[in-house]
Amino acid sequence: MELYARRKLMNRIALTLALLAMSFGLFWLFWILLTTFELGFSSLSLRLFTEMTPPPGSEGGLLNAIVGSLMLVSLATLAGTPIGILAGIYLAEYGQHSMLGRVTLFINDILLSAPSIVIGLFVYAIYVHPAGHFSGWSGVVALAMLVIPVVIRATENMLRLVPNTLREAVFALGTPKWKVITRVTLRASIAGVLTGVLLAVARISGETAPLLFTALSNQFWTLDMNQPVANLPVTIFKFAMSPFKDWQDLAWAAVLLITLGVLSLNILARVLFRDKHRV
Amino acid sequence: MMMNEPALDLEAQISCRNFNFYYGKYHALKNINLDIYKRNVTAFIGPSGCGKSTLLRTFNRMYELYPEQRAVGQLLLDGKDMLAKNVEANSLRARVGMVFQKPTPFPMSIRDNVAFGVGLHERLSKSDMEDRVEWALRKAALWDEVKDKLGQSGMSLSGGQQQRLCIARGIAVKPQVLLLDEPTSALDPISTMRIEELIGELKDEFTIVIVTHNMQQAARISDFTAYMYLGEMVEFGVTDQIFIKPQKKATEDYITGRFG
Repeated sequence: MELYARRKLMNRIALTLALLAMSFGLFWLFWILLTTFELGFSSLSLRLFTEMTPPPGSEGGLLNAIVGSLMLVSLATLAGTPIGILAGIYLAEYGQHSMLGRVTLFINDILLSAPSIVIGLFVYAIYVHPAGHFSGWSGVVALAMLVIPVVIRATENMLRLVPNTLREAVFALGTPKWKVITRVTLRASIAGVLTGVLLAVARISGETAPLLFTALSNQFWTLDMNQPVANLPVTIFKFAMSPFKDWQDLAWAAVLLITLGVLSLNILARVLFRDKHRV
Repeated sequence: MMMNEPALDLEAQISCRNFNFYYGKYHALKNINLDIYKRNVTAFIGPSGCGKSTLLRTFNRMYELYPEQRAVGQLLLDGKDMLAKNVEANSLRARVGMVFQKPTPFPMSIRDNVAFGVGLHERLSKSDMEDRVEWALRKAALWDEVKDKLGQSGMSLSGGQQQRLCIARGIAVKPQVLLLDEPTSALDPISTMRIEELIGELKDEFTIVIVTHNMQQAARISDFTAYMYLGEMVEFGVTDQIFIKPQKKATEDYITGRFG
């Protein structure tokens, strides 16, 4: 009985510690969300979506930054996702036993945890500096370089989770390898792969450092990707640090927009993949 | 116990001649010589690790997926060497189907599960494909249970139904040989019984090779039995003879439960 009493006590202590750790983490998370919602909603207005970023002291919105961010993030995702998925397929289905596969995986892990400012500086050195000016395209390149390793990792991980017995069963019907991958293993892991893509989108939609060196920012409306392009993160960076009250309010509104955007992406992912699993 | 009478005119479908198999340096199958007879059920029995699954998996060259595994010797299908370089593994697998220990439905509808393999090897019209799917599901004794929900996911079926779906998927391609790798070891007794009945019906059209850990099962459903031990073919013969009057002491010890 002594032994079981001790085990029960240990269990209770471990559970308490785990709960404490969880509430410690959640506490800050909720505080951040609360502040964002409080300050963001109070400066939310229709004008955000109809007017450009203003000079200090005058009225304005975030339209150019919202559209700029959408362009940068979607183009970077469009460019990075296929590369990431194809590379992930190579690593999981073809290159497991090869030197190239192992080296690529290792380098990808380094890229995955590379500080984004390093990526920004790198793109500045190879693109912005030779071109002589900041531009939207250089921002797309920098963000795509953040998307690729995340998608590679997600694809590779998810394909590895597909049991070998399933893979063998597909091969046993006389299926060529590319069909095994496209029709069955990729399909079986598509939910995880798309979750990885969405995580990558969520990550780059808030990235500031790589954009500071590339797309920079733009006070005015432009769709020209060869020009500096306005975007939400750099606008937040600029406006929140400014001494002007109206700029600070706009910064909070931008923070709220990004948070809501990422949140709805996550919810969308969950809803989509709940259905996917029922197919 | 049901007694099985092997057909009188025996014709070899698969033959192993001086066949050896290696996992890297490990010599897993030693000089196997064996004939698998057409339209009969052949069972491989023996303790775990004896090589019975390994042997089965060479019949459709499944081992080729793993670079460290290799086969040496002759493996004949209808008299032609299947290990020859010019024999495409995928065309071999269209002729030699396989069902695995664990049910492996593909992540797609029941209909697509069955049609998948057919579409790889034949160009069928939509209605012909529907007919083929129905034919295969009927053969696998699953049609009545799934005919109203062919569009549902194959994963939604019970374990026993999933395994019959895998059998339907295998025979839909119309192979000559069906390899069964412990097909009932993950199933309950009722599902096992249905699959055993099914095997009895399928042997009219297909040559069946089954690996099983269950000796009663081998005795019930097979016409021929091969007893393997440590990578060697110890004894091969008519099932009733192997179980009633084995020629070798080792076989008798295993069958009577003194060993293994």
